[in-house]
This record gives sequence, structure tokens and C-alpha cells, in this order.
Amino acid sequence: MLTDEILEKYEMTVGIECHVQLATDTKLFSGADNDERDKSPNSVVSPIDYGLPGMLPVLNRGAVDLAIRAGKALNGKIAPISRFDRKHYFYPDLPKGYQTTQMYSPIIGAGVVHVALEGGELIDVRINHAHLEEDAGKLTHYGTYSLVDLNRAGTPLIEIVSEPDIHSALGAKAYATELYHLMTYAGVTRGDLYHGNMRFDVNVSAALKGSDKLGTRAEVKNLNSFRSVERATEYEFRHQVELLERGEKIVQETRGWDDAKQKTSSQRNKEDSQDYRYMPDADIPPIILSDEEITKIQADVPRLPGEWRKILGDLGLEYSQIETLIYAENEYRGKVAILDMVESVISDPAKAKFIANWNVNVFIPLLREDDFNLTNIDYFKLELTICELIEQNKLSSTNAKILFRELASADSLPDVENYAKEKGYLQVSDEDEIIKIVDEVLNNPSAVKAVEDLREGNDKAIGFLVGQVMRKSGGKANPVLAQKLIRERIK
Amino acid sequence: MTITDIQNQIKATSARAVVENSIKLARENEQYHAILNLTEERALKLADEVDAGKITGKLAGVPFLVKDNFLAFGAPTTAASKMLEKFDAPLQATAVEKLEAEGAICIGKTNLDAFAHGGSTENSAYGPTKNAYDQSRVSGGSSGGSAVFTALNVVPFALGSDTGGSIRQPASFNGVIGIKPTYGMVSRYGVIAMASSTDTIGAFATNVSDVEMVMDIMSGLDPRDMTTMSDFFQVKTDAKPGQKIGLIKDFMTDDVDSDVRAKVNEYVEKLRAAGHTVEEVSLPMAEYALAIYYIIVPAEISSNLARFDGIRYGHRAESVKTLAELYGRTRDEGFVTENKRRIMIGSYVLSSGFFDAYYLQAQKARTLLINEFNKLFASYDLLIGPVAPTTAFKLGENTSDPIKMYLEDIMTVPASLAGLPAISVPAGFSQTGLPIGVQFIGPRQSDADLLALARSMETK
Repeated sequence: MLTDEILEKYEMTVGIECHVQLATDTKLFSGADNDERDKSPNSVVSPIDYGLPGMLPVLNRGAVDLAIRAGKALNGKIAPISRFDRKHYFYPDLPKGYQTTQMYSPIIGAGVVHVALEGGELIDVRINHAHLEEDAGKLTHYGTYSLVDLNRAGTPLIEIVSEPDIHSALGAKAYATELYHLMTYAGVTRGDLYHGNMRFDVNVSAALKGSDKLGTRAEVKNLNSFRSVERATEYEFRHQVELLERGEKIVQETRGWDDAKQKTSSQRNKEDSQDYRYMPDADIPPIILSDEEITKIQADVPRLPGEWRKILGDLGLEYSQIETLIYAENEYRGKVAILDMVESVISDPAKAKFIANWNVNVFIPLLREDDFNLTNIDYFKLELTICELIEQNKLSSTNAKILFRELASADSLPDVENYAKEKGYLQVSDEDEIIKIVDEVLNNPSAVKAVEDLREGNDKAIGFLVGQVMRKSGGKANPVLAQKLIRERIK
Repeated sequence: MTITDIQNQIKATSARAVVENSIKLARENEQYHAILNLTEERALKLADEVDAGKITGKLAGVPFLVKDNFLAFGAPTTAASKMLEKFDAPLQATAVEKLEAEGAICIGKTNLDAFAHGGSTENSAYGPTKNAYDQSRVSGGSSGGSAVFTALNVVPFALGSDTGGSIRQPASFNGVIGIKPTYGMVSRYGVIAMASSTDTIGAFATNVSDVEMVMDIMSGLDPRDMTTMSDFFQVKTDAKPGQKIGLIKDFMTDDVDSDVRAKVNEYVEKLRAAGHTVEEVSLPMAEYALAIYYIIVPAEISSNLARFDGIRYGHRAESVKTLAELYGRTRDEGFVTENKRRIMIGSYVLSSGFFDAYYLQAQKARTLLINEFNKLFASYDLLIGPVAPTTAFKLGENTSDPIKMYLEDIMTVPASLAGLPAISVPAGFSQTGLPIGVQFIGPRQSDADLLALARSMETK
């Protein structure tokens, strides 16, 4: 039985390889459609992807551009010259008998990813390199036979290879999550995890703390959710500690993760590992990139999560609020631009903070409601107008939320102020009108005790009186003004 | 028989009559086994369209033959292998498409060493092609069928591929002109890959002008082949006068047939008489070219042939129990011995632990060879020498000795490794009446210059 005490004796070391499916229109080396979701088997396969004799690869420049963007997100240097190589093995999902990849000269060199752990602590995970390669097809086994679907064959990927800089399962999860944010923010991938747009291979080893050598590692392959990255890492570490405690040796092997059983199990060990017979691919000339080209492409990359964390932190937002925004940006990408709204008023910190907070507290919760549907209205304009009405004391925060919820579902955006006025949501800031209500409240017998308390210096009573004024005004009175007038009357 | 002769015949009769005649000649010469499949039905249909004026172009109605490793319609594309015995190509090679766009009509698919591995067509899964001058001798190869039926005037021109000499050597053995262009001049798209870094597409004809015309049509950038260059090939009206030519003395040693040396020397004298300077030059790296070639090329072959696995097309072994057995038996049955030999050599030199010692070393040596060529081209317009150390050898003479067979390639592989243009030009006959070719090798993109010089010498 593993106790915390035993686990504490060991250091976990994790390195992660991540395959990211690039959001190109066509495949890495052919003109076939790159979006295989919901397509019937073998319907988006060109003669090139099919490995027909005589076919030659034609490199998709769009994939190169996305790799250049990914390089920025990974803080990695883009190689001025990179090349493609062939990795050979026989399997029915690999039509050419080799995978075209970058073994010797990858397009993205060493980099680093800053990962925020829960609570805000930052760890740096170094990137060894990242390379372009094509995906294989898919095999489905049916008892006595198997079927091949080549729709995914030739889909462009970048494989991001980290250094073993992670030392906890939560860290592994946070790193995987951060890669997801980086790759989606940089527009590199569609980020559809359900369809395997990002897949993680986790290399886990355990060694006694203080040891100067890493333990023998096992690789858990093909994890496609952040949670499975965390669970598989934790499971594999415990499994290895158990073996080590029993005095057994860890064998270098490839293991699979069973999501249903929440267990890893051996798939193949090093002895039957293949010799891939890598060789340069003579059909594809080297990718040669100039500094100007790289700079131009990277200039199009929008703000990345790291920068947003700093900006939002400087605006005074808390860790959890910031992460809510970072997530929501991805969650609603293509539907509504959560952080773009903040970007639009970035030069006005007060407004930027308002919009950021409004999104966290009002808009995102509304988005998450089951029966809410986005319309074509300009949500930024709506939020900005509400912000200005509040600044001008014309709208209470309570009514602001009501107003927003009503208009957020509208098919078109009316003049917001007029609409609020007609609906009676605007505050009354006319002193004559409010003084009438104040007098009514103060003259009411129910106010006697509060007035006395206030005179005796118990300031809490003012809240009750303002509340009465608000209620009588139907919520329209400007509460600040009401308070001022009550104090004047009682003096 | 020239393209012009054929065009005159078409004018006098019809495209159909000319195509029918070519097919008749092909049938009458069946004993040479130069053709694997005729594309008669399609050819006649196209001929009728030419006659009806629906197809026009520089080569309207002119029949030609295609080496059977080009994807082309009308008959299976077999690569002379059992692997692709029944493989019907769903599309055509760029080279074939370009010729068809000019109205040329493919009448059949010619024999070759299976997957173009060899220099005699004896490695064809369907039996060898016989030499146009002596049926007891080899045609040379791998593009043997195309060379033989060009020599026998069945067609005015035929297509081949040249990875290490597969056009030049059979051209030499059968007394026709053959060109291996600069690597990247003609698209490789749709030609079954042998070695991606040295595969080139070229042609055979009986006169230089016809070769020039065909190459002019086939050359140029192809968006489907990233290694092609924008079209630099332009036929030269005249050869440059007073060229400085290097005779590669490493190819003129006593190991080379005396008849071959004699004919090359005669040709050198003719060049001198025509006002050119010929000096002996040395290409010391040539000694290693064969070793480099037989590391790099099998490596690329082992990779390029990996796709023939019986899963998606081509031969598939029957009643197998496991996936490994399916692969093993399919490839065992579909490939000939020479294919397997090269796959094994290639897999070996690429395997972990040997890659650096063999493949990388070979690539470095290849760079040294290229440097040596470049140095010579700083002083010489072109280099000449024999195409092969011998004339056409007897059928079966070399089949049991692969090394001896590989030695036949010793003079053709250097240009292939360096991506240089090289042509084989008829230089006369041996004492026993067998054709002998002389080889011109030029700097990259000098294809038109080599051909112009060859044309200027045709009548001399």
C-alpha cells in the first residue's frame, strides 16, 4: 500500500510530446480537405494521401505559416532552413509505408512555455523543438478483419517535444492546458479535443529524491484530454513507485491509458521497438525562410495568454477571474470575442476593467446558461453603452444586469439609452423628484426608529432609509443622490 | 524514321493509318518482347479524333511508346512487375499528358526491368527484351523496350526514365539517341518512383531534332513535382563553335572494350575536325561513384517501394493469417529478386547504427563528386566518354553476378548522382556489328547545348 510518506520519497519527472492538428484548409502534402469531422470514411483522400504509385508530395505553405505562428507561441526560434525526412514502418493506416516528418532539421527550435499552476505560481517548461509532420489514417478492428479510413492520413501536425521539466501530475495537466491555450490563441489549431486535434504522449519516470539520475521512463500514449493527462501521469508515477518499492525494475515501454478503467497498461516494450530507418525526403526541397518573412507572419499573431494574464492582472483582476476569461476566449472563439472587447478599450484602463469584469460576472455566466442563444448584435457596443450609462449615474448596476440580459437575446440592438428609458430602467437623478419620495419615506411612521438611530449616530440606519426610497421609486432613484438628500433632511 | 517522316505520312494518308501501321509493326516484332501491353483501342480512338480535327498540336497523330513505369491510360501500368500486373492508372504522368496535349498518341507500354531495377530488362517479371541488332543479346535497360522499338522504327520516339543510366545505356546498345535531362527539367509526377533524388524522365529517338522537340514539350515547372525548375530548355539553332571538351580518361582504361574505346576516339577526332578542342581530363571520384550510387539508390528504393503492401492496390497474397504474413507474402510474390536485393541493401544502409557509416558517408562522397564535376565545368563546356564499358552482352551472361551487372553502370551513374544532363549518341559499331554510343555530360541546364552539339555532328 502506497502511503503519502512513501510517495514523498520519490521525485516525479515528466516530459510531454504533444501532437497539434493544424487548422489548414487542405492536407500537408495534398489538396484534399483537411477537416475530416463528420465525413464518410475515405471521402477526403487524394491520390497523394492514398500513396498511389508515382505521386509526389506538394508542401502546403499554409502549414508552414501556422508552424511559424506556433513558434512564436512557444518562444522558439524558427529555423532558416528546415527539411523533411521519412520515418518507415509498415501499418495499414500508413499508405506510403513511411510518415513524412522532420527528424533532423525541425522548423521550430528550442523554446519555453510559462505555465501558470493553480494559485498563480508559474513554472517554465522548456521546449526541445517542434516539427511538422503528417498524421496517419485510422484503423478499426472487427474481430476477423479491420477497416482502414484514410481521411486523416496526411493531415498536418506539429509535434511539440518538451524537456522533462514537469514534476507533478497537476503540472502536466497545466502544461497541456497551456499548450492548448497557446495553440488556439495563435490560430494554429481548431483545438477540437473531442476529435483529437491535440493528443498528448506523457513520458513519466520516478527516482528517489536527491538522486542525480532520472528513472527509467515509460511513455503513455495518445491522451486526448487534460484530465487524462493528469490521471495517467499520476497513475503511472504511483505504479512505478510501487514497482520500485518492491525492488523491481522499470522497463522502458509504451503504455496505453484506459479511460474507463483509469489505468495504464503495457502496449509494447523497447525490445520490439522498431527501427524507423529515417532518411531525408528527396521529393521535398528544404523550407527556406527569411527573417522578414518570419517577422511578418508572427506579427499577425494576436495577444497570447501570457500577455493577457499580465494585462488583466495589472487591471486588478484576480487569478480565477483571469483564468475564466482565458478559458472563455477559447470556449467561445468564433462565436463571440471575449477578450477582443477588452482589447478594443485597452487604452482606457477604467473601461477595460469594467468590460473584463462584466464579461466575468455577467456575460460569461449568461453564455453558460442552457437556454441562452447568441444573436448577431454587437455585444461590445452593448457593454460599452452600459458602462457609460453607469459612469454617468444613469443606470444602477442591478438594472444594468437586467437591461443586458434583455438585450443580449435581442435580434437587433436598439438605441440602448432610449430602450432603458422606455423600460424605466434609468435612474432618477432629478433632485426635486427624489426629495418628494424622501419626504414621503421620512414622514412614514415606519421610518421613525431609523431616523432616531441615525440622529444618534448609528449610520447603519441610512441603508434602510435609502432602501425605502429605492423601493418607492421602483428602483429608479439614484441611490447616491437619495442618500445625500436624506442626510440633508435629517441634519 | 523521323517525326517529320511520320507527319508526312499522316498528311498523305491519315493518323489512323499511321497508328495502325505502328501497331502492326509492333506485332510483327513481337519476338523482341519490347512491349508489355498495346493500348490499341485508345490509340485508334485518338487517331480518329486527330483525323476529325478534334485533336491538334505539334505532334498530332504521331505514335509513341511509353516505358511501363509511367502512369498512362489504355492498358495496365505494370512496372514490369507482378505487383502491378492488373493496375490501371487513374491518372497520367505529366510527361504523357503534355505529349497528348500536343496530339501525340501512345500505342503501348514498353518492357523494363521490374520497377526499373537493372540494366538489361532481364529483371522484367515478363521476360527480357532482345537487342535490336542481335536477338541473342540484351536490349540494355532498364528502358530496354523503348530503346529497341525506337531502333526498329516502330515509333519515331519513346519515353524512358533514367536513374543511373536506364536511358543512356540501352540507347548505346541499340544505336539510338537517348537523353537523361538535368534533374528537375521534366516532371516526375506519375512516374513510379525508383530513387527520388536521381530519377529523371527522358526520351529515345533516331535523330537529335526529334529528341529536342519531345524534350521541349515535356520540360518545365510542374506544380505537382516540387523538384521541377521553371522551363530553361530552349532548342539552340546552332552548336557553339570551338567548344572545349574534356575526355574522361578514367572511363578509357584497359577495362573498357577496345571497340568501345576505338569508337569514342574516332568521335573525338571528328569533334576536333569540327573545330572543337578535346583534352583528357580526370574525374578521380568516378572510382567511387558506383559505391555511392549503390548505397543511396537502394536506400531510396527501399523507401519508395514501401507503399506496395497489398493493402490498397496491386497484388495481394491470398489465404494469409496475419498482417505480417500479408506483407511478407505479398511483397515476396510481387517483387522480383533484384527488387528484393535492393530493398534489403537499402533497409540495411538506413538501419540504426549503419545510417551514418553508409548513407551519410555516401552523401558526403556524392558532394565531393559534384564538386569535382563543377571544377571541370569551370574549364570545359562538356565532358565526353563511353556510355558503358561494353556493347550489348549476351542474355543471361551477367544474371548470376549482380556485381558484374552493376559495373555496367559505372559510366552513367556519376551524371545521375550529380543531377547533370547526359546524352548517348550513336558513334558507330563494334567489329561484330553491335552499336556503340558516346556519352556527353554537361553542366546543369546545358541540355540544349549538348543536343545542339550532337545535332551538328550527326552528318559528320
